[in-house]
Amino acid sequence: MEKRALFSSKFLPYMLLLPQLAITIIFFYLPASQAIWQSFLMEDAFGLSSEFVGFENYRYLFQQPEYYRAMVNTAVFSTAVAVLSLACSLLLATQADKNLRGGEAYKTLLIWPYAVAPAIAGVLWIFMFHPSLGTLTRPIRAVGIDWNPLLNGDHAMLLLVLSATWKQISYNFLFFLAGLQSIPKSVIEAAAIDGAGPLRRFWTIIFPLLSPTTFFLIVVNIVYVFFDTFGIIDAVTGGGPAGQTTTLVYKVYADGRLGGDLGGSAAQSVILMVIVIGLTAIQFKYVERKVQY
Amino acid sequence: MAGVTLDTVRKVYAGNVEAVKGVSLGIEDGSFCVLVGPSGCGKSTLLRMIAGLETISGGTVKIGDRVVNQIEPADRDIAMVFQNYALYPHMSVYDNMAYGLKNRGTPKDEIEKRVKEAARILAIESFLERKPRALSGGQRQRVAMGRAIVRKPQVFLFDEPLSNLDAKLRVQMRVEIKRLQRALGVTSIYVTHDQVEAMTLSDKLVVMSGGQIEQVGTPSDVYRRPETRFVATFIGSPPMNILPGKVEGPGRVSVGGQMIQVTDMRDGLAPGSAIEVGLRPEDVQAGTGAGFSALTMDVDFVEELGATQLFHGKVAGAEFVVQASTGQIPADTRSLTLSIDPSNVHLFDPQTTKRLGRV
Repeated sequence: MEKRALFSSKFLPYMLLLPQLAITIIFFYLPASQAIWQSFLMEDAFGLSSEFVGFENYRYLFQQPEYYRAMVNTAVFSTAVAVLSLACSLLLATQADKNLRGGEAYKTLLIWPYAVAPAIAGVLWIFMFHPSLGTLTRPIRAVGIDWNPLLNGDHAMLLLVLSATWKQISYNFLFFLAGLQSIPKSVIEAAAIDGAGPLRRFWTIIFPLLSPTTFFLIVVNIVYVFFDTFGIIDAVTGGGPAGQTTTLVYKVYADGRLGGDLGGSAAQSVILMVIVIGLTAIQFKYVERKVQY
Repeated sequence: MAGVTLDTVRKVYAGNVEAVKGVSLGIEDGSFCVLVGPSGCGKSTLLRMIAGLETISGGTVKIGDRVVNQIEPADRDIAMVFQNYALYPHMSVYDNMAYGLKNRGTPKDEIEKRVKEAARILAIESFLERKPRALSGGQRQRVAMGRAIVRKPQVFLFDEPLSNLDAKLRVQMRVEIKRLQRALGVTSIYVTHDQVEAMTLSDKLVVMSGGQIEQVGTPSDVYRRPETRFVATFIGSPPMNILPGKVEGPGRVSVGGQMIQVTDMRDGLAPGSAIEVGLRPEDVQAGTGAGFSALTMDVDFVEELGATQLFHGKVAGAEFVVQASTGQIPADTRSLTLSIDPSNVHLFDPQTTKRLGRV
């Protein structure tokens, strides 16, 4: 159903829209267009002048093997975190959804990691897994694994995946729990009477009914891993060892801020922007419309 | 097919709240039993215990000869129709009905045969491919019934299945449920708070209140001889009038000094003791008659129901309602003389609220 408000003055509706438009323009369109403009410029080594170079920054970017590696890193990182955190939080949410003694405390405790700032979460994890200081490093070494996230790229990636997952579980947990609670209890009961055991009930009734939540969370998690894990990466590995944990976003920072290549960094941001727009479009197109019950 | 036997079944929730207080009941094979009572009387809890959706705190539930206390809902060989239908929203009507059969490993062609058969009986063949959200309330209700009958269970359980439907559809579905149950001959237990549904559907009517059974009987038994004041005022619409009275002698009571003859009265009640006199609004007539007692009533206002009129007022200071065919009594009447048939008077003990009829 379409809602229509009628205004007597032509002026008023625009005034009502103005605050929202102002915020969007000042905080999104302006910086975004600046980034786009910047991506066509190249600065001299001292940052004193810049010159229009067209698509030179982009061409240079796609010639760098480091950029492709960052893409692969991002893909590995985001897939691992999304799958792992969704699976863990779904498991936790199904358990929390049962009527358990102390269930409220359990739920509250599960939400806490979300309140920890990414950088601090990173520091916590590096304290536990630092090759020489980490409290958990010694038991890992004792098992015979030469654990060293500062030198071994796979170890570094694993540590990042774990810390980013740990942080994201709370968020996913909340949504899954809300999703589970919105499934009418009688539907589950009907399935129980219809002869479906707990596992079969989960896969044939609960999981399909949760799919709108799951799709939403997949998109949100991918966006999270792309953009909000910067603090964790910076604190845990700093993109190392040798760029093996540098993701696309971390590379924007490393190239622009540390490398001083503003044009190249801007070009990367523009590419990231396109990716996010794509993800959002997918979300709107498929999630909002098709998977509703 | 199987009957259901309950033996002192109790349900105690956390915090020592007793929702069902030792209910014993035998439901014969193939009969239609309706549990009726106000909300919170424990009728749904009782049904859910039979279904296996609630644990049983005490007593035993038997389906056929089998005690099912420890048996999973899936293995009790029952089917349940829920108030909100509880259809699987992501499955087509066909899959909704086939789900229970699939879970039990029924061969595919057998599933198809049974679903088609159920769909034909319920006249829902034309939307087997649709999702539940594309159906109206009445159609969803049919699918829920279909899901129950394809399984060919020993017992059907209905948990207020019609309360989400509009009034007209409710009457129609009520008739269909009754007809279907007759045709299939499956033992059915039906929970409702609607006394019209209870009266029309049941072979055996069970009136519950406060976690206990108040009365069990055929609908006409319960209507004609309510065992407690609660049953008297719960079954029948408008509810039975209850007047404070006094025992005058064998077969005689008085209300506000006016004598009333009673056919069904316990012997040996002490003259002068207090008693409650119940009269159904449809059982009292205006005017006087031979052998009938008379009561005077002050009329406050009249409700028009079309075919009948309800006269509201007071008899001996207590609220009183009389139902009469329209036109029988002039609507502007302020004072009425009512004639009371002695066989229509119900007496109750003011303390125990139990019926004081012949033993």
